[in-house]
Amino acid sequence: MEIVYVYTKKRSEFGRQCNFSDRPAELHVDILPDPSQMDNYIERNPCDNPTQCAQEMSEHEVNTERFQTETRGINHVEGGWPKDVNPQEMEQTIRYRKKVEKDENYINTVLQLGSLMEHCIKQNNAIDIYQQYFEEEEVSESAEEQPSAKTINVFRDPNEIKRTATGLSWHPDGAKKLAVAYSSLEFQRATKDMSFDSYIWDIENPDKPEMTLKPVSPLVCLEYNPKDSHVLIGGCYNGQIAYWDTRKGSQPVEMSTIEHSHRDPVYKVIWLQSKTGTDYFSASTDGNVLWWDIRKMSEPTERLILDPSKKGNLDNALGAISLEFETTMPTKFMVGTEQGQVVSCNRKAKTPAEKIVCTYSGHHGPIYALQRNPFFPKNFLTVADWTARIWSEEIKESSIMWTKYHMTYLTDGCWSPVRPAVFFTTRMDGTLDVWDLLFKQNDPTLSLKVCDESLYSLRLQDNGRFLACGSQLGTTTLLEISPGLCTLQRNEKALATAMFERETKREKILEARHREMRLKERSRSEQGKEEEMKDMDMEESSEDLVAQAEKEFFEVVEFELKKREREEEKSQNKADKEKEISEEKEAQD
Amino acid sequence: MSEVEETLKRIQSHKGVIGTIVVNAEGIPIRTTLDNSTTVQYAGLLHQLTMKARSTVRDIDPQNDLTFLRVRSKKHEIMVAPDKEYLLIVIQNPSE
Repeated sequence: MEIVYVYTKKRSEFGRQCNFSDRPAELHVDILPDPSQMDNYIERNPCDNPTQCAQEMSEHEVNTERFQTETRGINHVEGGWPKDVNPQEMEQTIRYRKKVEKDENYINTVLQLGSLMEHCIKQNNAIDIYQQYFEEEEVSESAEEQPSAKTINVFRDPNEIKRTATGLSWHPDGAKKLAVAYSSLEFQRATKDMSFDSYIWDIENPDKPEMTLKPVSPLVCLEYNPKDSHVLIGGCYNGQIAYWDTRKGSQPVEMSTIEHSHRDPVYKVIWLQSKTGTDYFSASTDGNVLWWDIRKMSEPTERLILDPSKKGNLDNALGAISLEFETTMPTKFMVGTEQGQVVSCNRKAKTPAEKIVCTYSGHHGPIYALQRNPFFPKNFLTVADWTARIWSEEIKESSIMWTKYHMTYLTDGCWSPVRPAVFFTTRMDGTLDVWDLLFKQNDPTLSLKVCDESLYSLRLQDNGRFLACGSQLGTTTLLEISPGLCTLQRNEKALATAMFERETKREKILEARHREMRLKERSRSEQGKEEEMKDMDMEESSEDLVAQAEKEFFEVVEFELKKREREEEKSQNKADKEKEISEEKEAQD
Repeated sequence: MSEVEETLKRIQSHKGVIGTIVVNAEGIPIRTTLDNSTTVQYAGLLHQLTMKARSTVRDIDPQNDLTFLRVRSKKHEIMVAPDKEYLLIVIQNPSE
């Protein structure tokens, strides 16, 4: 409500001097209370009214002028000699000292302090209070943590029709990228709409693959060139091999010619260690192992047929499903076959027959994974059927260590690149097992269900920390393993060496024993044959035996026939007799 | 006087004892088994340290007083027995 008081003034009166005069009070506005306004308000009862009874204080800040300080040291050369004594002069100082020594106070003090000091000295000599106990034992490692693995990222197949992630390869530098090969390995399951593409994923970005690779036929396996990180080769479902350069785009730079390629899907390609860094070899279930050079993809540089009878006969050949190549041993390589045998070959052999050195059998099904232990190249791991086995090169009859038979097939496996006694396996029920042989040998140390569908492939990064596993529906999961499983424990190498040697020795002893037993049996059976021979000389020869057997047979047959005739006669006689009796009876009647 | 000698000799003869110094309140070394420069250095520095230690102890509890000061270092242990006027300093190598 505005209170306004209007007054008027004549223009001529502006600027006139002020004449003040008294005037009684005038009432200008009288605002009476309006009870209706009360309706806008509610009486509040009770009312909260805080009060405080405290010392009143106020805060002030003061800043004094800065006071400059400086730290200086004083070199006390010779202390506090009294004025009359010249510190440089030996005589005077000696005299002064002698004077002090005569002082009674001095004597008492020194005696007292001396006894106190002696006590402490003796204490020191008695026990060294800072002695280090257990010096050899290092600081115990960070509290034994449960081994664990954590999923970091999941890369799904962007296509509608999901294909299996059959091959995985980490980028060689820094491992920031993962190349995944997608194909459908089930027989004739591939529909027309199924895409052939394989992808390169950046591990930070799971939504969209970084690059697509478009082959002519779906890729079963895929490998980065460890020397040149832009080059990849892939083995196709139709047996061809293609190579890509990621700088040049999604289409393969070159493909191998169909006539000279494999006749079955190429299950594994591995780069070779060579000066040019362009050699690789491939294996397929058609029984061939082919060597190629990237620069000339029109035909393989070398060919090996996996015929165990060493005759180069393709019909006899074993189908290869996995390959193993260790760069430290460039002339040897191993092939895992569909039939469950591991064939060890020597590349530098002169004749094809000599190329196949030996075979190791023991598995019931195709060998899906084959890898040498990076720390102990003499031992290798095979994963097939329901078990994973560890072999020693020297023992050909059986594996030195094996896992129990699982409920589902094992599909892939590999060693840890940092710990010699740790390896990983994947199973058809979607479980990833981590085995630590130094910790527990019967069961996996860690068993992790990664997904509901079966896992098909597994690949560890070189630092041993990250691993990628691919599943049947094309889902690639990136896992991080707990540090306990990927740092080398102390003594681990020594313990692992001892363990492998022990198992190898055990198998050797068993092998020797088997051999002995076999020899014994053989010699026994040979002896047995000799005795039989002697007996036979006394009897007739085999022909006479046959004649005799025939004779006996016919005798028995004739005997039986005669017996039957007699019985028939008997029954006939009986019937005749009865007839006679009945006739007689009739006659009588 | 001979007792003093005996005491000091006895201290010096203990296992691991490297040197003994007796310093007065003004920092003048009265008796020492080490060479002069080392003695002067020890005397000056340890005097200050002892004063500081004593004042610390008395600040915390005015009824208290410093009885003994031990400084253990990597190489040896310096033990200081303070008094109103004098300071007895012994350097010992305990682990020997």
